[in-house]
Amino acid sequence: MSLIEEIREGIIQGQANIVVDKVRQALEAGESAEVILNQGLISGMQRVGEMFEEGTVFVPEMLIAARAMDKALTLLRPHLVEAGVQPIAKVAIGTVKGDLHDIGKKLVAMMLEGSGFEIMDLGINVPPEKFVDAVRQGAQVVALSALLTTTMPNMKDVVDALDQAGLRGQTRVIIGGAPVNQNYADQIGADGFAPDASSAVRKVRELIGV
Amino acid sequence: MTASLAQLLESQATLVADGGMGTMLFAAGLARGSAPELWNVERPEAVRKIHADYIAAGAQIILTNSFGGSRARLSMHGLADRAAELNRAAAQIARSAAQDARHPVVVAGSIGPTGQMLAPYGNLEPDDAAEMFAEQAAALVEGGVDVLWIETMADMNEVRAAVEGCRRAAPGVPLVATLTYDTRGRTMMGETPEHAAETLEGLGLLAHGANCGNGPDELLTAINRMHHAQPQARLIAKANAGLPRMIDDRTVYDAGPEVMAAYARQARANGARIIGACCGSTPEHVRAIAEALRQEDSIP
Repeated sequence: MSLIEEIREGIIQGQANIVVDKVRQALEAGESAEVILNQGLISGMQRVGEMFEEGTVFVPEMLIAARAMDKALTLLRPHLVEAGVQPIAKVAIGTVKGDLHDIGKKLVAMMLEGSGFEIMDLGINVPPEKFVDAVRQGAQVVALSALLTTTMPNMKDVVDALDQAGLRGQTRVIIGGAPVNQNYADQIGADGFAPDASSAVRKVRELIGV
Repeated sequence: MTASLAQLLESQATLVADGGMGTMLFAAGLARGSAPELWNVERPEAVRKIHADYIAAGAQIILTNSFGGSRARLSMHGLADRAAELNRAAAQIARSAAQDARHPVVVAGSIGPTGQMLAPYGNLEPDDAAEMFAEQAAALVEGGVDVLWIETMADMNEVRAAVEGCRRAAPGVPLVATLTYDTRGRTMMGETPEHAAETLEGLGLLAHGANCGNGPDELLTAINRMHHAQPQARLIAKANAGLPRMIDDRTVYDAGPEVMAAYARQARANGARIIGACCGSTPEHVRAIAEALRQEDSIP
């Protein structure tokens, strides 16, 4: 196995120490940071996402893989900056106002980051204005989470706020959370819906055309 | 009248548990995003009425309004320091409703997840979680619950922390635990019904099972799988009233009382001993469940 393949495999197995070690070796051997990122780390996370959708791994395995990815990125980031490698796009993510659920949103953020996106995590209980600000600061995608039937209507407030700020045209809005579905996304004028963290990555890619 | 859950389980084939509390509170005017537990001190009569309506519908077990009553959850609302007060009040309200009932009613102290991911996957240390659960359990017992009811769990390590916390605070009080199977037949954290049933049997609980999730069908499958894995287990089924849909900004759960009656009969056939409902259900749903089970058990 090449170093890049070992990095990819290490991500799939969630072995943070091995991944960091191999990334360091690859950098020392003169491998480009971009290749390490795309063919090692991101490719590994993509496989983890597929396995999640196939039902062969679950949230714990995804978390462990994401943690390995995170540690490797800390090491790799200066090299990516130096090489001028840009993130695919900037995504602002948050749980909507009134809703304090963190876990699902965090999972989506981790998977997006693991797929090469830059994440602005706005947290939980996020008012619409904060999403509007994030778009003004360059977020191309807004990802909204709600776990409660009582808070999902607040997703529409974000779509409306973007509309009123005249920013709706330059933003893609994706929604997710237990009570949410495609029908609801259509109803409130969101661009997309994803049922889990892995399909969220695919959906975001599709929405921005990469 | 009050009752012991162990005794009721001895004397009756199936027991009727109550339905959803949160969705009832929101229907009664609780503001979006505010802590339901706050109503235990601000609107105790509203909470008591929900308990009383479930009892009148036939519920033999009622769950206190304390699902989000752990310090971790309350802290998100800036209410961490009121954990003891809000849980104690939750128990006192339910206790008072049970005392006025014409049939024996068990008061169960609801304990939901912390909302945080436990180590090694997240940052919350199991022992810190256990301490928060202990604080909640102590207050619920002080307020008068008969049993501590750990529910809507996804992570077996968090269940263990909750059991540990409850035993620390209230060694003699019986415990039950139910998990939520909403991810391809497993919990969010990948727990299967078979493995969960085996683990929970080993924890010495009075009963265990499944609650919430994606409506009656998926929950019935989980119960069936648990029963086959652990035929001796005393299983609890508490399904949502179907799936939520938005109609003109209003949330509507799609399973009516007749659907929940059929679900109750099937849950009984699948091996459940305690049958109730969860989100989106109302006293009307519980009435239908109670009537269906009385017919099946041939109790007039």
